[in-house]
Amino acid sequence: MTAEGEHGPGFKQELLATLPSLRAFAMSLAGRADSADDLVQDTIMKAWAKQHMFEPGTNLKAWVFTILRNEFYSQMRKRGREVQDSDGTFTARLAVHPSQYGSLDLQDFRKALERLPSDQREAIILIGASGFSYEEAAEICGCAVGTVKSRVSRARTRLQELLHVSGESDYGPDAGTAAVTNPPAAP
Amino acid sequence: MKGLAVFMSDDKAEKARTRIKTNASMINEPYSEISNKLRALYDSVQDEAIPEHFLELLENLDKAEKAANPADKGRPGEQK
Repeated sequence: MTAEGEHGPGFKQELLATLPSLRAFAMSLAGRADSADDLVQDTIMKAWAKQHMFEPGTNLKAWVFTILRNEFYSQMRKRGREVQDSDGTFTARLAVHPSQYGSLDLQDFRKALERLPSDQREAIILIGASGFSYEEAAEICGCAVGTVKSRVSRARTRLQELLHVSGESDYGPDAGTAAVTNPPAAP
Repeated sequence: MKGLAVFMSDDKAEKARTRIKTNASMINEPYSEISNKLRALYDSVQDEAIPEHFLELLENLDKAEKAANPADKGRPGEQK
């Protein structure tokens, strides 16, 4: 790989390259831009202090995400879970930045996402948005690969329910009728 | 070598993008709407410019370290 020294410019550059995605992940955990950026800042300092523990050639992005996630949950525990709220009342108190999220449509999606249990939310984000493999996501979350898979699956189902609450009653009779009147064309 | 580091970042970003697409299509085939919105929301933050204070923080950490470890450059008395 690079022939830079142990503290070569490589680490700084690579850390820098993870920041956009790291901020997006922090935002999904913390829910607010200001606390997300505090979290990213703490993570940068921790990662820098621990850089000798990073094995060159392994995935720096996954390593940094792990630090950020651990930092987030340890801060949550220290604060006595004052912001822990899976019922959405926290969401209701959130300052909304419409420009940041574009359409109303996306804001609805964000609210639905915030109603997921945090373990499911982080799983679907790591896999579906951050671009990690199931193995990497399992390592970041400190759980088994199968656990990540089932969390992603439950998150997906729950999002579907939240976003299409009326879906079943809308489609119910029609879907049934369609199935009867339009049998599959080919066996 | 510096040039290489730059290209590696691009390469990694490209790989990540490819993987996002692969993951998303694997998980979300019947749920492409969810998949698309998830990425749109994530990208809305990811595509923002990195805040200046993070860049400064990294620069300062780097400087502080070089000042503390003058092995590769400068003398101990040369700090800032």
